[in-house]
Amino acid sequence: MAQITIKGVKKNYAKTAVIHGVDVTIEAGEFVVILGPSGCGKSTLLRMIAGLEEISGGEIAIGGKVVNDLEPRERGCAMVFQNYALYPHMTVRQNIGYSLKVAKVAKAARDARVMKVAQAVSLEPYLDRRPGELSGGQRQRVAMARAMVREPKVFLFDEPFSNLDAKLRVAMRAEVRRLHRDLGVTSVFVTHDQTEAMTLADKLIIMNAGKVEQIGKPTEVYNNPASRFVADFIGSPAMNLFEGEFDAEGQFVHGTGGRMNVSQLNGVRQPGRKVVLGVRPEGVRRTGADTHGAIPAVVDYVEELGASRLIHADANGSRIVALDNDTSEIKSGTPVHLSLADSALHLFSLEDGRRISH
Amino acid sequence: MIERSPFFDALTYAVMIIGLILVIIPFWVVIVAASQSLQEVSQVPISLLPSNQLWTNLSEAWARADLGPKMINSFIVAIGVTVGKITLAAMSAFAIVFFNFKARMICFWLIFITLMLPLEVRIVPTYAIAANALLPFQTILDVTGLTWLVQAVSGIQVSLNWNLLNSYTGLILPLVATATGTFLYRQFFMTIPDELAEASKMDGASAMEFFWDVLIPLSRTNMLALATIMFVGSWNQYLWPLLITTDRANFGTVVMQLKALIPAMNGTPDWNVTMAGALIIMLPPLLVVAFMQRWFVRGLISRDK
Amino acid sequence: MERRAVYRNKVLPWLLIGPQLLLVLVFFYWPTSQALYWAFTLEQPWGGGNLWAGLDNFLYIFRDDRYWGTVLRSGFYALAATGLSMLVALTLASFVDRALKGTKLFQSVFIWPYAIAAPAAGVAFRFIFSPEAGLVGAINDIWPGVWDPATNGIHALAMVIVCHAWLGIGYNFVFFLAALQMIPRSINEAGAMDGARPFRRMLDLQLPLIAPTAFFLLIMNIISSFTDSFGLIDTMTEGGPIGQTEVMVYKIYVDGFKGLDYSGAAAQSIILMLLVIGLTFIQFKWVERRVHYN
Repeated sequence: MAQITIKGVKKNYAKTAVIHGVDVTIEAGEFVVILGPSGCGKSTLLRMIAGLEEISGGEIAIGGKVVNDLEPRERGCAMVFQNYALYPHMTVRQNIGYSLKVAKVAKAARDARVMKVAQAVSLEPYLDRRPGELSGGQRQRVAMARAMVREPKVFLFDEPFSNLDAKLRVAMRAEVRRLHRDLGVTSVFVTHDQTEAMTLADKLIIMNAGKVEQIGKPTEVYNNPASRFVADFIGSPAMNLFEGEFDAEGQFVHGTGGRMNVSQLNGVRQPGRKVVLGVRPEGVRRTGADTHGAIPAVVDYVEELGASRLIHADANGSRIVALDNDTSEIKSGTPVHLSLADSALHLFSLEDGRRISH
Repeated sequence: MIERSPFFDALTYAVMIIGLILVIIPFWVVIVAASQSLQEVSQVPISLLPSNQLWTNLSEAWARADLGPKMINSFIVAIGVTVGKITLAAMSAFAIVFFNFKARMICFWLIFITLMLPLEVRIVPTYAIAANALLPFQTILDVTGLTWLVQAVSGIQVSLNWNLLNSYTGLILPLVATATGTFLYRQFFMTIPDELAEASKMDGASAMEFFWDVLIPLSRTNMLALATIMFVGSWNQYLWPLLITTDRANFGTVVMQLKALIPAMNGTPDWNVTMAGALIIMLPPLLVVAFMQRWFVRGLISRDK
Repeated sequence: MERRAVYRNKVLPWLLIGPQLLLVLVFFYWPTSQALYWAFTLEQPWGGGNLWAGLDNFLYIFRDDRYWGTVLRSGFYALAATGLSMLVALTLASFVDRALKGTKLFQSVFIWPYAIAAPAAGVAFRFIFSPEAGLVGAINDIWPGVWDPATNGIHALAMVIVCHAWLGIGYNFVFFLAALQMIPRSINEAGAMDGARPFRRMLDLQLPLIAPTAFFLLIMNIISSFTDSFGLIDTMTEGGPIGQTEVMVYKIYVDGFKGLDYSGAAAQSIILMLLVIGLTFIQFKWVERRVHYN
């Protein structure tokens, strides 16, 4: 167990900067997920922690010791790779035990430790097979066992489940969570799958274009997105975002002149201020035409989800999605009235995308 | 096969059988002639049925061309070239693909340009170096004035000399000094996923441990292919051994002896002995290719693609 | 060729690559530069170093009709042997690619010629084509004197070319077959769905798709006809009758090692090297523009 501190870390390839100074502290024993779209630098950050990528600027410390100039083997990290990177010519036993062999651990002790981790991930029946003879899920387990056998201070996961089918992914998620509970090792997990991130993380780091957008607990990130990017990226179906500005009466004007009454945003409604208004689909309700502040809209199409449905509607040139639990029939073209739940509104600056607190 | 097409199938077999005959006739003639007596082999055309003199002719050819010691020489050269080339090729390809050092691209091109000019093309200059393989270094010493310096200081005249004529090193080293093997290994190493090297780094393995524990075992197929190609190529060398060995009795190879087996203009036309000799000489590489075919084919393809 | 995963070490790569570099420098770069030196100088008969000769060695060669005869002959030899060998190999490979029952047996035999040393094949073919023995000589029993490679230069050259083509079948076959087998099955199946019969598919689909391999082989064969011809000619004709089967490499050997004219041989070597380098460059350029199937 070790704390990881990342201070002002930068990464440049030739002249292009891919990470522009990241500051994060990962507490000992914490399970941290780095989430972001592809190309945001999340894998690069992980690989810099591992020692596979040189650090162009800043400092990374593991367990209080700066590791910038240490070889991967000296950092005490173990890693699970996206495509597993198992040695194809070695048996499962040899794959798992290779790091111990390199470290010159005696054969008896090595076998015992391999057996122990193989049991932990239920691989004992396959110890003498080669990776080519295993299923995707089994290979995944071998990759995990290989990381566990060294009893590292830190586990690093680089999108480890992206090659698995949906069902297996859910099962592996539970397994990783269980292993973390049992072993309590500091873990850093990189993914672009937000469900995976939400379910696994103690702490979530959202990255975009080489910068950290937000750090926080999953619920915090969901309920209080720090930027327009996070608001858009987290949550499925995605948050409704309307670009617009406040008029002289403090009404929000969007699209081709649609107006919304957002009196709860009192205090930030300077006329002419350009903002992005966000509301999650579950914060949009169908109401009667006479409700105060109801927004008139026309149903475009309906996505059935079984227990509920998503209504995609057009409100004066702006697309708006509502999560609807009503089951009465509704056709495209039907006029509806929608209202926004007071507590569900988010406001971001149009200029820099940062959250405007209210 | 997609659809049934009896006529085209028949044509396919017909063409393949004609091809088989075309390819196999020379082999067959060699075997048949090698088994016939002088009288039988002198018939025109010769009978295409084997006779019973094979053993007699083989031993006659063996004795006449002194094939015993020559066989040993051929094996020493072929195995020397094969082992030498595989070792050097794996090492230098590893350096070129997996290391980041300043002169990497220069080294890469220095080595790969040699692919362009086969030994036969530069035979005259290469031969000159054989008389003294250290000549380049002597020249460097002379030109830089180091020879003069050493002589002035210690009174010793530096004169480097390493004659390669009539030696196994002379037969082997120039054949090792080309890039074919390095190219094959490079192509193979390029297909190794980055993650494999990274995983070994995470497992604590050093560069050399990765080389021994991962790369070498993984390249076994390629190694067998390269071994086949190298063995056949060096066994079949003709021009170079012809030049570098003036002492044929001790350093000649079997392929050099073929010419000595051809009947003289006005001598006995004992082609049966000639063919027996040819049979002995062509057999080792043929067996190697036949047994290693699977790997050899794969290696030959990836070598040049 | 950029990799992400590399090692950084100041000494190790040099230890690894050093031996090969050393060999290449001693046995490739030094001799090649020596050849240049000789090509532009003339050795004095009584010793005492070389005299600068400028382009004289080259001019001397270019004024020699016998040299031009050799060049033309080498060109003809290269094209004839290459064409013959590739045609046979391609035909065999196209049919083997259909993978009918028992094809494996044919396939392995077709590779055999690759294993044979040129001089060994030379000796065997010399016997087969001998006018007074072997097989082909039999036609002299029907029409006396119609076949005689010992005195007829055209017969002799034809004999060497046939032997060279036979030797190349194995190599060409392997490459053609591999290229054919790399064509995705679905292309062939799409052709069948479009109503093309097997032979049509062979002509319309397979052949165009292996054009890059064919080009690659063309160059490789031409280069090998410059280099590998030595063993054949030395065992079959020794350049005879009266120099009518002498090709470039053989003349270099004769001039340099029998005639001891190093300067002339070096100049000829330089010309041959330039020729081979030129062909290789053409090939590299082509390889870059390969057809890619996904």
